[in-house]
Amino acid sequence: MAEHRLKPITPLGGDTSRKDTFQGVTITEVVDTALASLSARASQAAEFRAAAPKFFGFDLPAPARSASGGDYTAIWTGPEQWFIEAPFATHEDIARIVKQGFGDAASVTEQTDGWGRFDLEGPRVRKVFEILSNLDLEKLPSGGASRTVIEHLGCILVCREAGARYSVYGPRSSAASLHHALVTAAKAAL
Amino acid sequence: MIINHPLLGPRDSQEFVYLGDASLIDRPDWQAENAVDQFHEYLYQRTNPAGEHQELWFHEQGDRSWLVVTRNTLTHEITAVELARDVARRRGRSK
Repeated sequence: MAEHRLKPITPLGGDTSRKDTFQGVTITEVVDTALASLSARASQAAEFRAAAPKFFGFDLPAPARSASGGDYTAIWTGPEQWFIEAPFATHEDIARIVKQGFGDAASVTEQTDGWGRFDLEGPRVRKVFEILSNLDLEKLPSGGASRTVIEHLGCILVCREAGARYSVYGPRSSAASLHHALVTAAKAAL
Repeated sequence: MIINHPLLGPRDSQEFVYLGDASLIDRPDWQAENAVDQFHEYLYQRTNPAGEHQELWFHEQGDRSWLVVTRNTLTHEITAVELARDVARRRGRSK
């Protein structure tokens, strides 16, 4: 096998993930998550429904929700469509792993490097999102998830813990713009 | 304007993109004898009602589903929002 001397960089272009700290909120670039898209095939709806709890160990979440168990977190992204998160260290080829669990009942695509993930944590995190997104975070419970617009970018917002911990997925090619928006909003709000 | 998404609840209309009359769902059979006439009707002829209107909206900045929104063009009141998929299936379409 050829020996590659390629150096991985983060969505922001650094060697290590970026962390910005503000009073009451930290913004962390998260690079240890593998991501895949999972879509049910309409012709095999019954097989898909049976395979999901068998493979993940939990039922796939309802609209606007996420669900976790073991290594996996599933985030609802659209009708019969979910994003699947897993630790990058053990699931670098997440699409192949998930595809094996579902066979012909689902279409699975690799998403890991298409997205940049930022986690916002802290007691004042909602203040920051009030500037960023028109999503009503007061009504988004723990485990809630939604696509929304942040800085003109279609992002996926996941509420890990209501009022305290949120993840934002944005297009990796615009990660610097998204990060700039998050930091600017944090400076303005806090 | 707020669109009450059937899966996600009330959402700001700026998350959506408007396509047009929901009759676009009823694509004619291209193998019919009078397919040319039918497609002319389908593509170019639109009624422009002052009142209740069924129209297609796309939730581009949301879950990317197509919706059929029943909206009053005089008052902008929205009386029904359904997934376009469900409407199409009800009209006998397979997908």
